[in-house]
Amino acid sequence: MIGITSYGGYIPRLRIERKIIAKTMAWYQPVIFGAAKGEKSVANWDEDTLTMAVAAAIDCAQGKDRKKVDAVYMASTTMPFSDRLNSDILATAINVNEEGTTCADFTGSQKAGTTALISGLSALKSGDKKCALVAAADTRKTKMATMSEMYLGDGAAALLLGGDDVIAEFIDSHSINCDFIAHYRGAGKEFDYGWEERWIRDEGFGKIIPQAVAGFLKKTKMAIGDFAKIVYPCYFAATHNGIAKKLGITPEQLQSPMHELCGDTGAAHPLLMLVAALETAKPGDKILLAGFGQGCDVLCFKATDKLASFKGPRGVKGHLAVKRVLTSYEKFITFRQLGESDLGIRGEVTPNTSLTVLWRNRKKFIGLVGGKCRKCGTPQFVFTPMCVNPECNAVGEMDPYEFTDKKASVLMYTGDMLAASIDPPAVYGIVTFADGGRMLADFTDCALDDVKVGLPVTMAFRLRLKDDMRGFRGYFWKAVPEIVG
Amino acid sequence: MGTGIKDKVAIIGMGCTRFGERWDCGSEELMVEAFQECISDAGIDKKQIEAAWFGSCLDEVNVGKSGLPPAIALRLPKIGVTRTENYCASGTEAFRGAVYAVASGAYDICLAIGVEKLKDIGYAGLPDFGSGMGLTNQLWFPNMTAPGCFAMLASAYSAKYGIPMEDIKKAMAHVSVKSHANGALNPKAHLRNPVTEEAVLNSPMVAYPLGLFDCCGVSDGSSCAIVTTPEIAKSLGKKDIVTVKALQTALSNGEEMSYNQWDGSYFTTTDKASALAYKEAGIKNPREELSMIEVHDCFSITELVTMEDLHISERGKAPKDIMDGFYDATGKIPCQIDGGLKCFGHPIGASGMRMIYEMYLQLLNRADKRQLKDPRFGLTHNLGGFPFMNVCSIAILGKHGA
Repeated sequence: MIGITSYGGYIPRLRIERKIIAKTMAWYQPVIFGAAKGEKSVANWDEDTLTMAVAAAIDCAQGKDRKKVDAVYMASTTMPFSDRLNSDILATAINVNEEGTTCADFTGSQKAGTTALISGLSALKSGDKKCALVAAADTRKTKMATMSEMYLGDGAAALLLGGDDVIAEFIDSHSINCDFIAHYRGAGKEFDYGWEERWIRDEGFGKIIPQAVAGFLKKTKMAIGDFAKIVYPCYFAATHNGIAKKLGITPEQLQSPMHELCGDTGAAHPLLMLVAALETAKPGDKILLAGFGQGCDVLCFKATDKLASFKGPRGVKGHLAVKRVLTSYEKFITFRQLGESDLGIRGEVTPNTSLTVLWRNRKKFIGLVGGKCRKCGTPQFVFTPMCVNPECNAVGEMDPYEFTDKKASVLMYTGDMLAASIDPPAVYGIVTFADGGRMLADFTDCALDDVKVGLPVTMAFRLRLKDDMRGFRGYFWKAVPEIVG
Repeated sequence: MGTGIKDKVAIIGMGCTRFGERWDCGSEELMVEAFQECISDAGIDKKQIEAAWFGSCLDEVNVGKSGLPPAIALRLPKIGVTRTENYCASGTEAFRGAVYAVASGAYDICLAIGVEKLKDIGYAGLPDFGSGMGLTNQLWFPNMTAPGCFAMLASAYSAKYGIPMEDIKKAMAHVSVKSHANGALNPKAHLRNPVTEEAVLNSPMVAYPLGLFDCCGVSDGSSCAIVTTPEIAKSLGKKDIVTVKALQTALSNGEEMSYNQWDGSYFTTTDKASALAYKEAGIKNPREELSMIEVHDCFSITELVTMEDLHISERGKAPKDIMDGFYDATGKIPCQIDGGLKCFGHPIGASGMRMIYEMYLQLLNRADKRQLKDPRFGLTHNLGGFPFMNVCSIAILGKHGA
């Protein structure tokens, strides 16, 4: 048996109420009022596709042996690098073995997530791979006062695939590929170029998803009534329901596309909805999943008895529960760089990133892997081979030590209005790990007033440098203060 | 163990420019201004200077590298000039170089000069040090500024001693009010307006909990000293001779930021360097024996905790001493009698010798309206870098034989 052995999700803490967007921008395009329900998730200014994929992967890999992962597939249409393996940065961030692991980026379509999933399952089926991690994320930049701005949210999902402790068995899949262009984004372009909505609804979602599902049912001799949950994205609410009607799906079977909670998260969305479905699934439930974009992928999973004892990660439910409401549309457009705000001369300084330094220290910078002294047992995040413990100072005695999942708290902090920041004040300080080790860190996803000495924090992989001149992005780990509720 | 520097080297001349926004001056004019005062005070000929040390910190945005800037600006007679850079201790490090050269017997007369021209960068505050922290740190250090880093001390200090931030803010305000009152009396100071506690407390936030008036001025300026042996000083006809009693420097070794011991409420380096300096100078009880101090009050919180690191105020008691007026001009140990970094200003490479300059003037009874009665020992203190990773330098000065 092969299938899903764990799942994880990530929805950014920041949410914006759609009526704020509508209230600010409907003077320009009144039609956006039509979609002004609920809220959409917004990647913080220091989040992108990669950081969200890492967050979902960490959520998914909790309690699992990451050293067993031998394939890392990442899916998105908004990868930070066109030529640098994004999935490999993800693999380094979660500290997967470099030797013996295959990494691949899946891109170019909204169904890249389901295609990556089919590829991961195929690799397992062939016996070529034993444990594959599939992560999908998207952060699409949308023009102001557009329906896309209303529909689209940011998010990520990850699935661990394998043959041991399977919680949802993979049954079968079926795909249609056809160049239906609901929208496209040319190489080097920032924004999607879309076609008429009516055509996309009726000829796209409304026909291609039912056709692919019908094809799957024919191939597997299954019936629509066999499924406890049916999962497919469609950001047009009426069309989402129309497809269900056409296929004979009952409201109980239909998985919500979460428009009111986070919006459509692109290549991640089918997987994110699947994670939400697994969160409430019972052993024996069959789940039908479809991903749409230049055709349609259809997959079927069956929840196993192991699902009952599976200790779920934060997933979709947990991430939706913790939020910070962005009350300002201006802040949203500033974070997305839709308007030009002035960082001042201080903000101009962008030294290039030394790729040699990054290569030597990739485990430290990307994976937050420090050292633990074999002589005295002190965990430490340092760059000299000499132990920091003044009673030890042993040389060259460090074993790798992962800090990402260690408990930490605030030692000291500030909120800095002078530092050039997209979201001033820049909050930073020193965090101390309960089991040993401390480090300087930027704080994120918090307001200055949330921070106190002693407050627990978790470490999150974030963007720390966006070098637009050279097209580089620098990543490191930041402290996220725990916020209750 | 060495025998220390006490009374081995005398200062025979000093100079210091007015600090401030010297829009009309480059580093060259500033160095010449300080040097002219210094050499005329020393009463020697330029040709008698055998070697020089030069302190500057942010050379990238002003003088450039090497010891050439003063060699050229001052037309020094083709002597050795060594540039010292050690963050905010750069100036005192230049002084240390010159003093040690004389003490070693290698030279009879040496010059130390510091300069910093900060106001040519186009924006307020210190220049961004993003590219100056090294290629590795650049890839992971937070997006920090100097006020932000020092502000962090206040959070840890408040947490350690259970002193509410409002009370710390008040003590910090008193620190600034006192320095403004002192600076108002000093014609060479950058900021010369007295301020009220209310104005300090209501100033806009720069880095929590530091407001604008908790931060020192960013200035242009230069300062310098000519040093020799006490014997040569006497032979030059000097009557009142100021000698160096102690020079200590201590640098963080990374423990503060990487090892779970330091609690974030003090400077480990100042704690150590000051103890060594007192020993070197023969001072047993600094609270009783020091007459005046010039400390590195880049931010009011730095001055507050430094009072404890210098072993003058008890741990956790600096706010009380400050509020009691212990460090005021009329207090037991006046602190920043010249206005401090806060009001005299802080052209980094010039700051160390600006502090020594004030001690020198006070010891020679030349401090005009600021003159203290019969000062015996004066201490200066620089703290460069960040609370968690820094360079501390301390000098103690006094009359020869004191």
